[in-house]
Amino acid sequence: MSVIEVTNLTKYYGKSRGIVDVSFKVEEGEIFGFIGPNGAGKSTTIRLLLSLIHPTSGCAKVFDKDVVTRGPEIRRDIGYLPSEVFYYEGMKVLDLLKYSASFYDCDCMQRISELSEIMELELNRRISDLSYGNKKKVGIVQGLLHSPKLLFLDEPTSGLDPLMQRKFFDLIRKENARGVTVFFSSHILGEVQRMCSRVGIIREGSIVEISNIHSLQQNNYKKVSVTADGLNSDFFELPGVTNLQTENGTVHFFFKGNINDVLQKLSSVQVTDASIEEPTLEEIFMHYYE
Amino acid sequence: MSTIIYRHEFRTHIKSVVIWSLSVTALVFVFFSFFPVFAEQAALMNQMLAKFPKELLLAFGMGSMDYSKVLGFMTFYFLFIQLCLAIQAGNYGFGLVSIEENELTADFLLTKPVSRPQILTGKLLAAVSSLLITDLVFWISSFIAISIFRDGRAYDLSTLLLLLCSVLIFQLFFLSVGLVISLLVKRIRSVIPYSLGLAFGAYAINAFSGVFGDVKLELITPYKHFDPAYIVSHASYDTPLVLFDIAIILVSLAASYWLYIRRDIQAIS
Repeated sequence: MSVIEVTNLTKYYGKSRGIVDVSFKVEEGEIFGFIGPNGAGKSTTIRLLLSLIHPTSGCAKVFDKDVVTRGPEIRRDIGYLPSEVFYYEGMKVLDLLKYSASFYDCDCMQRISELSEIMELELNRRISDLSYGNKKKVGIVQGLLHSPKLLFLDEPTSGLDPLMQRKFFDLIRKENARGVTVFFSSHILGEVQRMCSRVGIIREGSIVEISNIHSLQQNNYKKVSVTADGLNSDFFELPGVTNLQTENGTVHFFFKGNINDVLQKLSSVQVTDASIEEPTLEEIFMHYYE
Repeated sequence: MSTIIYRHEFRTHIKSVVIWSLSVTALVFVFFSFFPVFAEQAALMNQMLAKFPKELLLAFGMGSMDYSKVLGFMTFYFLFIQLCLAIQAGNYGFGLVSIEENELTADFLLTKPVSRPQILTGKLLAAVSSLLITDLVFWISSFIAISIFRDGRAYDLSTLLLLLCSVLIFQLFFLSVGLVISLLVKRIRSVIPYSLGLAFGAYAINAFSGVFGDVKLELITPYKHFDPAYIVSHASYDTPLVLFDIAIILVSLAASYWLYIRRDIQAIS
């Protein structure tokens, strides 16, 4: 069963575009990465799935229930960590977490103390006295305290120091191992690469690619750099070569096609150094945006 | 689910309820402490008032009343109470959903497993309770002030009750109209200008009704619907106008639910 099923979802804010004709599925138990630059429509998609905003057309289902008509039911099993966290400033952390827990039919106190211990969150401080990173921790505990089956993370790591980021990712992995599905939106590709099994790339409101992260790397172009004497850039005029650059006698380029064509070319020159690598997600991503 | 929100919302109102209740009580006592002097020198007072232009007196709802009587005197300061209560109710109405959206806590609340009608109901009931408490304090302090300062002068209890009870419906008007306006505009950055605008605007329309000539614009304002001079001199409400007032409240509430269910909660941009 797909946990999230989005079909031709479109959202316009008046005349300005949110997302256009977006379709994808997220399967149970996977960590789905959703990547794109600022303003591409990542948050819009998440807000539509949470029924914070209403679609212009198209349809979205979570747990096989329509998000527009059955929002409250769906949200019982959803945890949401927004990119920027805002809470009632006058409240204490513990009171806010209790308020949050009171909406779910569970005794979440055990879980609150567990989570806040992991995230090193002080429960007796006032929200207004917290730094941005600490507020983010409140957000994390708040999003997880009711043991949701589906987690929406919208650029979750901003404001967290590297140590906390690692703890956070460990936490998410542990949740995922319990069977929790994670929808992970981010523009930091390194973390998506580390965490996710599949990614969707969104650009200017439309999905440009959805694929398994490994096949995305493997079936994509290769990153080739060659150092050799008397090499000039015309040498690699092959179909499938892009981004050709020469730097201190080393030639870098991307290649998509039969790698033997490049190897044959290489055998005809005296090579000092050569490498053929899979591109990082970041490079693939930049490629989609050029 | 609504009760969780109700409790939370009510707690956020407590401070403001205390402040408004104290202010209204202070107003009642300050004004009523003048009553013995007014009553003794009623003839002099009426003489003085007669010298003012009639339009000015009408604007302040004065002129037709006998200020030597308890209820007559009450109509004299009732307007100021109404203004206070209108601002308070407007504050709650305009702020009911807009404050959460401005402070961006709406995301938190609306991603919880509650429906929007449940949220709005919880918030509305909390606001109404807060207004009711303020009104109760006003009613009690009015009775105390009257018993202290009336000096044996008689008054009609049922008319007094009519007058006092009117403030509740009066406040509901500003609560519901404020709410529906806040949902019609895209974003309210600060609540106070709106609530002051609505309270004084509605007052001005009533006070300067003559300006509009034949157009009876004052009929839409609750200051007209619950004109204290009318209530005291007729010992009853102006029933059609009160029904009209209640109709506006109900329509505003229905429209608010309709709009809130369909509302897009904007992210920060």
